Amino acid sequence: MDLFQMTAHHLGELLRRKEVTSKEITLSVFERIQKVENRIHSFITLLPEQALKQAEEADARIQKGDAEPLTGIPVVLKDLICTRGIRTTCGSHILENFVPTYDATVTTRLKQAGVVFVGKANMDEFAMGSSTENSYFGPTRNPWDLDRIPGGSSGGSAAAVAADECILSLGSDTGGSIRQPAACCGIVGLKPTYGRVSRYGLVAFASSLDQIGPFAKDIQDVALMLNAISGYEPRDSTSVDLPVPDYSKSLTNDVRGMILGVPREAFGEGIASEVEATVREAIRTLEKLGAKMVDISLPHSEYAVAVYYIIAPAEASSNLARYDGVKYGFRSGGTQDLLDMYMETRSQGFGSEVKRRIMLGTYALSAGYYDAYYRKASQVRTLIGKDFARAFTQCDAIILPTAPTPAFKLGEKVDDPLQMYLSDIYTIPCNLAGLPGLSLPCGFDKSGLPIGLQVLGNHFQEEKILRVAYTYEQNTDHHLRKPNL
Amino acid sequence: MKISKEEVEHVAVLARLRFSKTEIERFVDQLNNILGYMDQLGKLETSAVDPTFHAVAQKNVFREDAVRPSLDVDLTLSNGPDPDRSFFRVPKIIE
Repeated sequence: MDLFQMTAHHLGELLRRKEVTSKEITLSVFERIQKVENRIHSFITLLPEQALKQAEEADARIQKGDAEPLTGIPVVLKDLICTRGIRTTCGSHILENFVPTYDATVTTRLKQAGVVFVGKANMDEFAMGSSTENSYFGPTRNPWDLDRIPGGSSGGSAAAVAADECILSLGSDTGGSIRQPAACCGIVGLKPTYGRVSRYGLVAFASSLDQIGPFAKDIQDVALMLNAISGYEPRDSTSVDLPVPDYSKSLTNDVRGMILGVPREAFGEGIASEVEATVREAIRTLEKLGAKMVDISLPHSEYAVAVYYIIAPAEASSNLARYDGVKYGFRSGGTQDLLDMYMETRSQGFGSEVKRRIMLGTYALSAGYYDAYYRKASQVRTLIGKDFARAFTQCDAIILPTAPTPAFKLGEKVDDPLQMYLSDIYTIPCNLAGLPGLSLPCGFDKSGLPIGLQVLGNHFQEEKILRVAYTYEQNTDHHLRKPNL
Repeated sequence: MKISKEEVEHVAVLARLRFSKTEIERFVDQLNNILGYMDQLGKLETSAVDPTFHAVAQKNVFREDAVRPSLDVDLTLSNGPDPDRSFFRVPKIIE
């Protein structure tokens, strides 16, 4: 096995035993990138020089014996996580040349952990999309089938891990943007509880839904990354001041005595038959391993997509008002006056999906429509949250598919925004309720495309979903399969 | 509810966006398609339901009003399209 294919926990052991250096791992990753990146396009920015410097620093730290679990491990950040001195584009023309003057909290924490930053990953512009086709820098392709999308919006972060162009990555999840690409790319992705990870330095899309989380090749690595990025931080007043457990300790290969809820609404119309069969097989596997299955109902989940596509664009239309060509980012030249400059800058700087959502959100918040759309959606959001609260009195975790179909073809849904929105049908309710959710590989369809199993937990119960996922993973081998590149 | 061409044009001004005639027409179709899907929310009786603006309940967060270091002015200006001394220059606002 090549170094670039390995997991962080395996490489960490080799590093601490001095059998390999971070420099060797980093060089191996960049060789891999050279070989596959022109076909995948996971990256907006690559950082080979800085990475080698960080690898040397990590090696010095390991020599001194003060290494942390992720010291020397090559990591990729989605390009909406601010990195001081390194451009952070958000996949947009309007931020094409934006160089942050500060680090996001997760960036600072990973620097302290001694990771090696490989580069900044491609994404749908402002994280709006489910396919990474909305990037100003061009689409990312699925490592399992280059004609298909890697999922989105964190498609670059997911594809980079799946194609072994890095060991771990971070994405962000507003309506499924970590879990859906993880499912499409056959890897693990976790959206933590809202407030578990500080959003300081994350470019805002929909502030009441956004959360940063890890992509990894297995569950142990997800736990290591979650340990590194979690915790209260005063500059994000929505981050929650609760102790951070050692998530690695929750990885017991045992689900006996756990009660898992299977929502009867999760296998409705629109689900591909192979996805349904594969997820039902995974449910049977967990049952054989000793978990008890209960039938649960989330009766308002059918409204989640409608609720989400009012609330998220409404918050986005407000958050994106800051892009006005004054303080940073692109400015259109040759304009007559201030209003003209605003209009031209924004019209040229944003792509069509971002403009569509700003329009949708502005409309939903405008005089005369606020009650009918935004307030109504926020009330139904309450009902969706109550469905989950009721379900979690009956079970420890909920299992369901991550996405209704495997990865679709590039171009298949670009002209039909509503169809694109409906690919988030199984991931959105979790964001609306602020819950943690994880996707892990549970099989492949007959053309070899990965299928994801989603595990949802109650607020701050990441340990339970990691335990379920780890037990499933340890007793199956889907996570070991690699795409042919 | 149906959105008209005039409403789309009005919303575009509110959003500080400018569109061509064909783009406006495409928006009318696409937004109506999306808003038509949203109409299903009308089936639910919600008059007695409190709205959720934050899924994880939180109280106000306060801190001491103490002077702390902030971002360096020159560094902050460095991303500006048209910085001048310690200012951001913009096209004229008043006649």
